[in-house]
Amino acid sequence: MTAIVLTSDDRLAEATQLQLTWWRFRRHRLAVVSLVIVVLFYLGAVFADFLAVVDPHATDARRSFIPPQMISLFDNGAFLPHVGGLKGVRDPKTFKLVYTPDPARKLPVALFVRGYPYNLFGLIPTDRHLIGIVGGQGVDGIFLLGTDQLGRDLFSRLIVATRISLSIGLAGVVFSLMLGILLGGISGLYGGTLDTLIQRAIEVVRSIPTIPLWMGLAAALPNTWSVTQVYFAITLIISLVSWTELARVTRGRFLALREEDFVIAAELAGASQLRIILRHMLPSFASHIIAATSLALPVMIVSETSLSFLGLGLRPPAISWGILLQDAQNVQVLAGAPWLLSAAVPVILVILAFNFLGDGVRDAADPYG
Amino acid sequence: MLNYVARRLVLALITCAAISVLTFVIIRLPPGDFVDAYIANLAVGGSTVSVEQAAAMRLEYGLDRPLVVQYGLWMAKVLTGDFGVSMMWKRPVTEVIGDRLWLTMAVSFSALLLTWVIALPIGIYSAARQYSVGDYIATTLGFIGLAIPNFLLALILMYLGFRYLGLSVGGLFTPEYAQAPWSWGKFWDLMVHLPLPAMVLALAGTAQLIRIMRANLLDELRKPYVVTARAKGISELRAVLKYPVRAALNPFASSSAYLFPYLVSGSIVVSLVLGLPTVGPLLLQALVAQDMFLAGTIVLLLGVLTVIGTLVSDLLLMWIEPRIRLQGRA
Amino acid sequence: MPQTPMVEPVTSARHALSVRDLVVDFVQDTGAVRALDGVGLDLHAGRVLGVVGESGCGKSVTARAILRLIDRPGRIASGRVLLDPDTPAQQDLAALDPEGKAMRAVRGGRIGLIFQEPMTALSVHYTVGNQIIEAMRAHSDMSKAEARQRVVALLHEVGIPRPETRIDAYPFQLSGGLRQRVGIALALAADPQILIADEPTTALDVTTQAQILALLRRLQRTKGVALMLITHDMGVIAQMADDVAVMYLGRMVEFAPVTQLFAAPQHPYTRALLRSVPNLRAMPRERLATIGGAVPHPGARPVGCPFHPRCPEIIKGRCETQAPPEIPPGERGASCFHATVATMPSDAEATA
Repeated sequence: MTAIVLTSDDRLAEATQLQLTWWRFRRHRLAVVSLVIVVLFYLGAVFADFLAVVDPHATDARRSFIPPQMISLFDNGAFLPHVGGLKGVRDPKTFKLVYTPDPARKLPVALFVRGYPYNLFGLIPTDRHLIGIVGGQGVDGIFLLGTDQLGRDLFSRLIVATRISLSIGLAGVVFSLMLGILLGGISGLYGGTLDTLIQRAIEVVRSIPTIPLWMGLAAALPNTWSVTQVYFAITLIISLVSWTELARVTRGRFLALREEDFVIAAELAGASQLRIILRHMLPSFASHIIAATSLALPVMIVSETSLSFLGLGLRPPAISWGILLQDAQNVQVLAGAPWLLSAAVPVILVILAFNFLGDGVRDAADPYG
Repeated sequence: MLNYVARRLVLALITCAAISVLTFVIIRLPPGDFVDAYIANLAVGGSTVSVEQAAAMRLEYGLDRPLVVQYGLWMAKVLTGDFGVSMMWKRPVTEVIGDRLWLTMAVSFSALLLTWVIALPIGIYSAARQYSVGDYIATTLGFIGLAIPNFLLALILMYLGFRYLGLSVGGLFTPEYAQAPWSWGKFWDLMVHLPLPAMVLALAGTAQLIRIMRANLLDELRKPYVVTARAKGISELRAVLKYPVRAALNPFASSSAYLFPYLVSGSIVVSLVLGLPTVGPLLLQALVAQDMFLAGTIVLLLGVLTVIGTLVSDLLLMWIEPRIRLQGRA
Repeated sequence: MPQTPMVEPVTSARHALSVRDLVVDFVQDTGAVRALDGVGLDLHAGRVLGVVGESGCGKSVTARAILRLIDRPGRIASGRVLLDPDTPAQQDLAALDPEGKAMRAVRGGRIGLIFQEPMTALSVHYTVGNQIIEAMRAHSDMSKAEARQRVVALLHEVGIPRPETRIDAYPFQLSGGLRQRVGIALALAADPQILIADEPTTALDVTTQAQILALLRRLQRTKGVALMLITHDMGVIAQMADDVAVMYLGRMVEFAPVTQLFAAPQHPYTRALLRSVPNLRAMPRERLATIGGAVPHPGARPVGCPFHPRCPEIIKGRCETQAPPEIPPGERGASCFHATVATMPSDAEATA
């Protein structure tokens, strides 16, 4: 019989709520992996242009539908990372110049090469990229995921899309959070008619099918609006519905916390309402909010992706995963160029990662909840 | 119990009212009014409208009155069944929508049924035979449903079907029945085609409900009344189905309360991908063309039908839970 | 209180159940925890066996193990549970398939279980009648109507007023005392000859407790069942039991007829338990006697005698390393080096 190993009592007794939550979280390997993935994605979003190879907006109809290119690491036994160049071929039927991969022309691949210009962090102008080709013609490049109909590099577009798709998710969640915590908090703390009113409002909002509503609102946005304006409008639209879930969680927690002994003790000690909320209640439900937020993010991201996929969300020249997937709508085209679906991969990964992360935080925050 | 039903009915009515207001807002959102758009539309076709005619139209539609009055006029018309005329099709909106609304409901409702029929047994099995092979398969299926948004799933399925099976996946009817009037043959054709879109639509909801059922049943299985049931000497199957499953049905039912709006919503996008003759593609067209009466009516009717569907599942929940029946509250 | 001098052979009462060397483990990722470490006891028709011990000593696990109701990750590692021992119909319940027909016939049909928490032991989704009728019909062929009549009679027998109406009540519509009576009726529904009551009065107030105990006593006498009464309350033991088994950390540490146990307890643990019962005639400001320390976690079982870390009469050098001998089945004794084995007190000492 083996005895059960217990952590030293002292450490447990002195750990704060946050530390305890973190320790419990660490034990869920899946959640930790998800956290790493999420962090990597956001890092990718920050360094998007640095990681991209070819200018995501550069169109060149001559190199449309190039299949994905592999970077070969060896050339006749020597370590020389390189990629095939493109050669122009006259299409016999249309007489147009069309570019196709030419394995004979080998273009060396190097790190930190000069590529298209951009602003690092939006401030520092530079043109260094992580990888790129040395030499070659203007039409060449490293097309890791191929090109689309307009000849744009899908890999670079994918990376840059990450920035928009993830940040809209984040912005939307922030809005929902503010609205949700405010209304849910009022509901839970004060109860009575105010609570009933807000509850009913939440039920009404939840009963309405969201996509038709969003479609209607999104379609009403004037064409003349700039990309940024549309961006904010879309963010607002998709957060109009998801605040309900956050409000529910907040209300539930406040209701439960109101009855807790330590809150009553604080009230009896004469603490002001605000102090009680901020100092005593907030730490208890912070992790629940983090969990709910983490679970709301993928919903936001999918919402934006769906809307943009329909053509009603963000509009070109903005790049998001939804916009990328728009090109994949036609099955016949897709059959000839299946790499157009590659935007599906980050979408699925992000959804899974945020869900596991949210589950992990929720379990860590309240193992019995 | 009557209290509960009355409350839900009142709430449903309020929701419908809210939807009508929202729809009206959407209709009036684009710059200019209906008459401007009408004139523009006619201009494309080459005809013109005189200033007097325009003014007369404005009077008829009450466009010179305050917004609230316009809303009242519009609602009055709606309640008598007059939903206005579609600009694109130049026919009454109801004609244009035709069967599509019912087909949307058919797809959404079959997805709902499919969700319950699949999620319930799998969820129960998953919990009762924890860590078995079946449990892992169910969990994996759950992840797929969780991770892949429904329109993406539809897209992938279409691609796979086309690429590897050479068939055109999608549509609700074979071409010969598509435009034909309703008959038993057409009905059967619909039944044959429903499972695929219904399943694509249902997968996400199914995955979620399986997780909920599994988690709740696992909790219930540990409770004392289950031991009592087993101690009576009844079979394990009966003991599990009659007692803990009944208890776990409550959270299951309340989670599925808002499933229907979610499914209706999802059916819009899925039907766009799969090319189903439902309301989805029509709505998109209408919105892009700013055919506001058509778009608005679709949104309104969709909303109202969804509210009715949700009310039905609420009443179902009430039937399951005796505590509500007897005490008037959960 | 029925006095049964040790001289009279116990075997005149039918031997209903015999547990021998029962070992139950709970297997987890961190290792196996031994909940029962070789438990042995006997139940006889018409007699009450009181099983007493602190929380966590394995009393409930024993009851569950007998009925094969232990949930994963618990399992019976070894031992036998013999129903109808020494008869041609003898069955070893520990060897049966827990979900099989044979075991199900035993549950409810031969052995009934009464639970501690009447609120949670009954399902709130079905009426009281529905749940008892189900138990009855699981072990007989009677029709619903016939079963309903029998249940009404049974409810009357357990002292529930207006049973014809109460049979259609939901458990949450009844008071705690009534619910426990329903629990007893449920256990008796299929007429078992053995009853196991797992702390049936712990969740009730004192007056109700007295009523329920009286009811159990009456039922047990009229039906001649063998009753195994699990409790941590020495007062209940004194009132109800014929024989007493004292458990500690998954082992039986003492077994004796009730009068002898109270008069001359042989195990230091039993002595400590009896000392810690609050005395109405104690001097004012007299300190309540307690047993020092706490029950160790079964996973951290002490070497040697399981009680030695808390024992006021510990024999240094011996108790920490050697485990005392087990009590021979069916005989009075204590698992302790102080109690000389096979000495039986004379009748005179027993009735002191």
